Amino acid sequence: VSTLVLAEHEGGSVKTSSVSAVAAAKAISEENSISVLLAGSGPSLHEAASHAASCHPSISQVLVADSDKLAYPLAEPWAELVHLVQQEGGYSHIIAASSSFGKNVLPRVAALLDVSPVTDVIEISGPQLFVRPIYAGNALCTVRYAGANPCMLTIRSTSFPVAPISADSKCNTAPVTQVDLSTFIEVTLGKSRYLNHSSQETERPDLGNARVVVTGGRALKSAENFKLIEKLAEKLGAAVGATRAAVDAGFVPNELQVGQTGKIVAPELYMAFGVSGAIQHLAGMRDSKFIVAVNKDADAPIFQVADYGLVGDLFEIIPELLEKLPEKK
Amino acid sequence: MVGRHPATSGLHLTADERVLGKMKIMVAVKRVVDYAVKIRVKSDKSGVETSNIKMSMNPFCEIALEEALRIKESGLASEVIAVSMGPTQCVDTLRTGLAMGADRAIHVDAPATLYPLSVAKLLKALVDFEKPHLLILGKQAIDDDCNQTGQMVAGLLKWPQGTFASKVVLDKEKQVATVEREVDGGLETLCLDLPAVITTDLRLNQPRYATLPNIMKAKSKVIKKFTPEELNVQIKSDLELVQVTDPPKRKAGVIVSSVDELIDKLKNEAHVI
Repeated sequence: VSTLVLAEHEGGSVKTSSVSAVAAAKAISEENSISVLLAGSGPSLHEAASHAASCHPSISQVLVADSDKLAYPLAEPWAELVHLVQQEGGYSHIIAASSSFGKNVLPRVAALLDVSPVTDVIEISGPQLFVRPIYAGNALCTVRYAGANPCMLTIRSTSFPVAPISADSKCNTAPVTQVDLSTFIEVTLGKSRYLNHSSQETERPDLGNARVVVTGGRALKSAENFKLIEKLAEKLGAAVGATRAAVDAGFVPNELQVGQTGKIVAPELYMAFGVSGAIQHLAGMRDSKFIVAVNKDADAPIFQVADYGLVGDLFEIIPELLEKLPEKK
Repeated sequence: MVGRHPATSGLHLTADERVLGKMKIMVAVKRVVDYAVKIRVKSDKSGVETSNIKMSMNPFCEIALEEALRIKESGLASEVIAVSMGPTQCVDTLRTGLAMGADRAIHVDAPATLYPLSVAKLLKALVDFEKPHLLILGKQAIDDDCNQTGQMVAGLLKWPQGTFASKVVLDKEKQVATVEREVDGGLETLCLDLPAVITTDLRLNQPRYATLPNIMKAKSKVIKKFTPEELNVQIKSDLELVQVTDPPKRKAGVIVSSVDELIDKLKNEAHVI
């Protein structure tokens, strides 16, 4: 068993979701030889490579593809790259996190390799046996991969949590190898060009792996009112989430959407304000450890999944919470 | 729809405009359990109950078709072809697509269980046959939630891909599509050479309803039929369904009566604050 993990990096570090993909690789087999593939260009790639080398004790090697063609995480060159690396390495498994990057790239590679990928895996029951949610998480499907190597997966990072590595914990440093790109002929080169990226700069923790998430729904009524959610999140050191309705109404940008088609979160504490609890939203947060729901409507479906429900007006309850909640440590 | 070109272009169409005047868009649509149906897992764990259940066009596919129709209505394309693969009933979904405004449809008669790799291969064969300039698909189907087919067919065709699109702008002179994508960290904008594959996210548009006259008109539109054999595609299944089960139920919680009680529970019972 040998696994290639397609990793994302940002600001010189491997993303937590990619470290979860390494944890998933470990779950395939204890005897797994795990290679992590990073691509990009410039100094931050090499910083990320040294971070990757020591970010998880199970990593056997780090492969680095340094090329201007890979400066942006576009699906076309990435798919060609993974195809090339697979031909060299003959891995039995290829894994990426179910991030927008993994979802974009991995199926394209699978098509080039003529295999069926299994996306959004939440449980690995054996080297070829996987559980994934279907119908927005209203059913769980167990599938066996019966095709040729490689077996390709994207994994839900919330299902494969990783303990943060403390700076002083010594762990093995895996060797870093440059991928030989001399045969990297990219037939789709230049057909897809990166123009720009826009996101909201924020000091708050990342929605995908925050310990606490505070979410607002349509009942917030306006972007102005949504600031109440942000204030509460600040007080709790939490990330801010939103329902599709709140995003569509323009209260907050798309990257905050939690649900079947947005982000999947599983924090220790999920607080939903004015969220009705549509199945598509529940799909994105039902694995949270504790769910708090505040809604005027006592019949709102969100209360069926909430550990603690409070029926009432969020415009009265949030200010009261702001006043009474202890300061975060 | 050549007649919708701005009058200023007159009779002297440039080469590009002539190409675009004939520009075809192919849209893949999938028949799924209606989004409003509360699904039931079969007691023998072999799948989800689908008999006597309302079936509809996958919502993301409706958005894909809507986008194609809008491009055609803006004068940038001349024909929209809806395609679907699966059992005979897929024809109903294609009729819905024709009623929304697709010009014609293609049905590939195939077994009910088709994995995305097979769908992608069938789509590639249809693209080779029809030679569209743009292939638009929903980013995922709400039944299997796979989110694979668009990326896979783009790979097979060696076309660029713009997945999870929330905005698409075609430039008819440059033969490119500018696609705004919803990604984890916000919005990303790509420029793709045509032909290209685009998969749609929810905020791309609001699909139209088919009107009664259009539903009537759709009845006389052509649905061409293929078999996988005719398209030289071997249906391969390298995945075996082992079982489908209900997700674990969350334990029923409690309703608290005040903010004070809530804070007390979070502090002393859940220990999360």
